[in-house]
Amino acid sequence: MASGTTSLPVRSTFGQTMRTDSWWAQPVAVGVGLVFFFGYLTWAAVQGEYYTFGNYLSPAYSPELFGDTPHALFGPLPTWWPAWLPWAPVLILWAPGGFRATCYYYRGAYYKAWFADPPNCSVGEPRQSYLGVWWKPATWNERSFPLIMQNMHRYFLFFALIFIVILSYDAWRALWFIDPATGEETLGLGVGTLVVTLNAILLGGYTLGCHSLRHLVGGGLDVLFDKPIRRTAHACVGCLNRRHMLWAWTSLVWVCFTDLYVRMLAMGVWTDWRIF
Amino acid sequence: MATATFKIWRGDADGGELKEYTTELTEGMVVLDAVHQIQAEQAHDMAVRWNCKAGKCGSCSAEVNGQPKLMCMTRMGDLPTDRPITVEPLKAFPLMKDLVTDVSWNYEVKKRIRPFKPRRPDFEDGSWEMHQSDVDRVQEFRKCIECYLCQDVCHVLREHHMHDEFVGPRFFVHNAALEMHPLDTEDRREDLRTSQGIGLCNITKCCTKVCPEGITITDNAIIPLKERIVDQAYDPVRKLIQLVTGR
Ligand code: SF4
Ligand code: SF4
Ligand code: FES
Ligand code: FES
Repeated sequence: MASGTTSLPVRSTFGQTMRTDSWWAQPVAVGVGLVFFFGYLTWAAVQGEYYTFGNYLSPAYSPELFGDTPHALFGPLPTWWPAWLPWAPVLILWAPGGFRATCYYYRGAYYKAWFADPPNCSVGEPRQSYLGVWWKPATWNERSFPLIMQNMHRYFLFFALIFIVILSYDAWRALWFIDPATGEETLGLGVGTLVVTLNAILLGGYTLGCHSLRHLVGGGLDVLFDKPIRRTAHACVGCLNRRHMLWAWTSLVWVCFTDLYVRMLAMGVWTDWRIF
Repeated sequence: MATATFKIWRGDADGGELKEYTTELTEGMVVLDAVHQIQAEQAHDMAVRWNCKAGKCGSCSAEVNGQPKLMCMTRMGDLPTDRPITVEPLKAFPLMKDLVTDVSWNYEVKKRIRPFKPRRPDFEDGSWEMHQSDVDRVQEFRKCIECYLCQDVCHVLREHHMHDEFVGPRFFVHNAALEMHPLDTEDRREDLRTSQGIGLCNITKCCTKVCPEGITITDNAIIPLKERIVDQAYDPVRKLIQLVTGR
């Protein structure tokens, strides 16, 4: 069979495809969903109020490094901290934010939804070049700067693992209700406790199913039969990893809802039902 | 008798068009049957490649309604027949005639990949000890039938035509099968990072979606390889630890 006498088919134009399904629906839904939920979290973190209610703390402010509530680790915000600068995004949110931004699932999702690279499978792209010239964002790829920085994902993972511990502690704290009269703590269960606990579980499922973690616990090795702990860890991470997209979305939505729930309680709009 | 209308690409590298054909449908028919029926009854000179009709040889790859598919595994019953069904050749490779493309680029790429290099045998009779739990992972990759549907859908080849810099998902799967093999001693990471262009893959998972063998190409082959390349080239902390501990 002679090659060389033939040429490649011509490049398609943006949106060109023979697909007959609603191929645009998924990237539009993902793109809008990401803007909405990340937008909400950014707003919530910058807003700076109504983020605690009794023993509940919004995950957007956890750990509460500075503040006037019993959750605050280091007391009130230092006087030298510029009043215009919200502390939560600067001191804590960069870590979970960076973790999600460099997550393999989210990368694939936003490259499609926001950069139309491609808009969906077998659909033409707007970009003509993919050569990775750093001063031309329309040519970026993960082989060259700046997107090559996505490879830092495993460092963000390190911080994300610490956050699971912190958020689990918040869930534990959500079990201990403070009596406003005596200041005494009693064990209880409110709807808020369930909301905060589910948040820690979903974030755990998302973080512990991370591709970088899967690699670090055992995926990087070819022989695991003689390392039973790493073999089991690799299998467990792999098990969560199979539904990584689902964990990514449920945990994102639930972080937002947890903040909203605490916010609504703090604003006096909703009432927290106590189960016991 | 129910009928379906097809629009089949007819032409060669110099040009062509979608031609309309209507044919009768029978119970259990797949797209390849319909194309053969059209070839036999209406278009004797239509070029179509096939071999096993069982989804195992990877010859009958085409684009059905714009989606890369094996024609022999695409049931007519699963396609809407209220409008014409388009059947086109793969778009990532040079067109030869009608539904047949020249996929020989793939064979050349395969030759560039460092072959299997097993460690010295474990036993005097020249055999090795391997455990099923360590082989499970690479067995998934060995299911590949080289249909090249994943190569066809990958935008780096399909849209950007970067065939010189990027080997495509099929060959990341092949690399993974060798690289993760418990007996293999070769290191393919530098090739993958440089001449094979794994960094051009932006993990959009289109390859995984079209694989007729259900190989989890992106999650199980490409991303683990990318992580191994981070170890080798993009992890300064790991480098530092190695420098200090000497391991
Ligand atoms: S995941 Fe990577 S290799 Fe697969 S289709 Fe997308 S860009 Fe290509
Ligand atoms: S990996 Fe799957 S889609 Fe790609 S060539 Fe092999 S069988 Fe076909
Ligand atoms: S890959 Fe998604 S969290 Fe690491
Ligand atoms: S004819 Fe062999 S896979 Fe379709």
